Amino acid sequence: MSSTRTVTVASSQGLHARPAKLFVEAAQASGAQVTIAKGEKSVNAASILGVLSLGVEKNDQVVLTAEGGNEEQTLESLEQFLTTDHDEAS
Amino acid sequence: MPELSGIGVGRGIAAGPVARMSAPPPAPADEASALSADAETQRVQVAVAEVAAELEARGRTAGGMARDVLEAQAMMAQDPNLYDAVATRLKAGKTGEYAVHEAFAEFRATLEALGGYLGERASDLSDVSQRVIASLRGLPAPGIPDPGHPFILVAEDLAPADTALLNLDQVLALVTIQGGPTSHTAILAREKSITAIVGVAEAESLLEGQQVIVDAGAGAVIADPTQEQLDEAEARRAARAAEAVAPVTPGALADGTAVPLLANLGSAKSSAKAVALGAEGVGLFRTEFLFLSADEAPSVEEQREAYQSVLEAFPGQKVVVRALDAGADKPLSFLNDAPEENPALGLRGLRALMANEQILTDQLTALAQAQENTDADVWVMAPMVSTVEEAEAFTALAKEHGLQTAGVMVEVPSIALMADELLTRTDFASIGTNDLTQYTMAADRLLGSVASLQDPWHPAVLRLIREVGAAGIASKKPVGVCGEAAADPLLAVVLVGLGVNTLSMSPAALADVRAELKLHTLEEARSIAAAALAAATAAQAREAAQTAVQKS
Repeated sequence: MSSTRTVTVASSQGLHARPAKLFVEAAQASGAQVTIAKGEKSVNAASILGVLSLGVEKNDQVVLTAEGGNEEQTLESLEQFLTTDHDEAS
Repeated sequence: MPELSGIGVGRGIAAGPVARMSAPPPAPADEASALSADAETQRVQVAVAEVAAELEARGRTAGGMARDVLEAQAMMAQDPNLYDAVATRLKAGKTGEYAVHEAFAEFRATLEALGGYLGERASDLSDVSQRVIASLRGLPAPGIPDPGHPFILVAEDLAPADTALLNLDQVLALVTIQGGPTSHTAILAREKSITAIVGVAEAESLLEGQQVIVDAGAGAVIADPTQEQLDEAEARRAARAAEAVAPVTPGALADGTAVPLLANLGSAKSSAKAVALGAEGVGLFRTEFLFLSADEAPSVEEQREAYQSVLEAFPGQKVVVRALDAGADKPLSFLNDAPEENPALGLRGLRALMANEQILTDQLTALAQAQENTDADVWVMAPMVSTVEEAEAFTALAKEHGLQTAGVMVEVPSIALMADELLTRTDFASIGTNDLTQYTMAADRLLGSVASLQDPWHPAVLRLIREVGAAGIASKKPVGVCGEAAADPLLAVVLVGLGVNTLSMSPAALADVRAELKLHTLEEARSIAAAALAAATAAQAREAAQTAVQKS
């Protein structure tokens, strides 16, 4: 049993830098086994190196899969995270 | 008394004990472990946890952007994928050190292959790897030392990641073995007013804990100083500290000739600091910050607001705004997305703006509106101008939009050589010495291997500046300098001697330049400039100017 969701990334830096770190933290804290996939490549969402290596840019579509724990709630909060622009002006 | 020489940054002086930055540890060898795989796993787990905790603690201390970088590094240390890669190697009987080294190297290669931002993260990963290996070996982490008391930092050179974390209460001065006047370390030191000497080849011989005096003005490191020398250094340090808090006066030479000292600003945020440090206006307001993080050009209204917030900080004073300076090296997809083999020689600066005139006219419109709403004296200038026609076209366009004072940057040798023709067609010239040096010496300013050529003291560069200065005097049009050169106090005197009227620099450099200008009359500045111009090499020009100062 697992749940899946397709999300379009809104952060203008994609999943680099600060947004990548925050995303991985959220995935780690969810208690579920989460994977994130872009195209053919799927990685453990709790791995910052895995997430960085996807090279996710703004407006890319990614597929989130959660297994274990409260899957729907996990996907809901991660989707919300990805569809928000986290970049503060610097 | 051994005295080591190098290139001083600023006029600071400091004395204290040396602390050396440890060199990165040698890579571990591929040898069979004497321990069981379980025992090695345990060692690695302890080391990783220790390094992650250390990075997080440093992040909390550093705050801001550095905190995010360090916390991300802590996550990398504990990454589950990486851990699997390490575990595979431990099961095969490798040592913890070698397993960590190889697993990190594998991920590093993956990130490097992706390039761009991720390629840059590769060096973060190397740093983590070296920390874990040092911890496994029971050695202190490589990087900035922390002896527990203020110290003089002696390093081969500093990486940007090291400098972000420099604790300025502890680091009395910097001495680097490598590096030139425009190296990362020198720029940082100038920006933060840290006493520094770069390119001190003999600093290799300085020992941990050895007492030294770092005299940036003289470009000298004095090892094992006498009490007399220490007292003199302390007196000079105290005098300089007193000068820094004394009320700031407008920039002027000893004979009263005014040399307005202006600030280089990259955003509205730093304007308050510039005013506090005595900036008499802004000599270079870079507008790139508005564009670099955007997928499309910001609206006229957004731009007007941003410009206005800077102009409001300088009522009645001059603010020179530079039109968007972007190109293939600071790529903006909406401006130019054609790949170029030589971006520095490509469609950049005014060339890119002329090819996308809407972006330029929006910028000029926004600036004219901001000018209407404030009391600042707004000047506008074009970046990367190579011909008189370009200067004419830009000047005319700016005036059409209601901007009264329009000029150009002199960064390309062609326009420096044409300065007399240029200044009859535009209102002012501002010399960007970093790019002017890069183009004169044909040396990429971002490339370490040719960094020694990127020296604005080179007589070839000084001769070009002389052309512009002379054209300014003949046409009675203002000529400013807004590159790193203006922040070098002695070179600032030379520039004034060559006919430059205003100097613009990072605000932190204002105090040193102001103090140096006060020591010389215009006549002396001219003879110091003449001495530098007569030299054959950059080093000789610097030396000739120093000798001329002692005589004046």
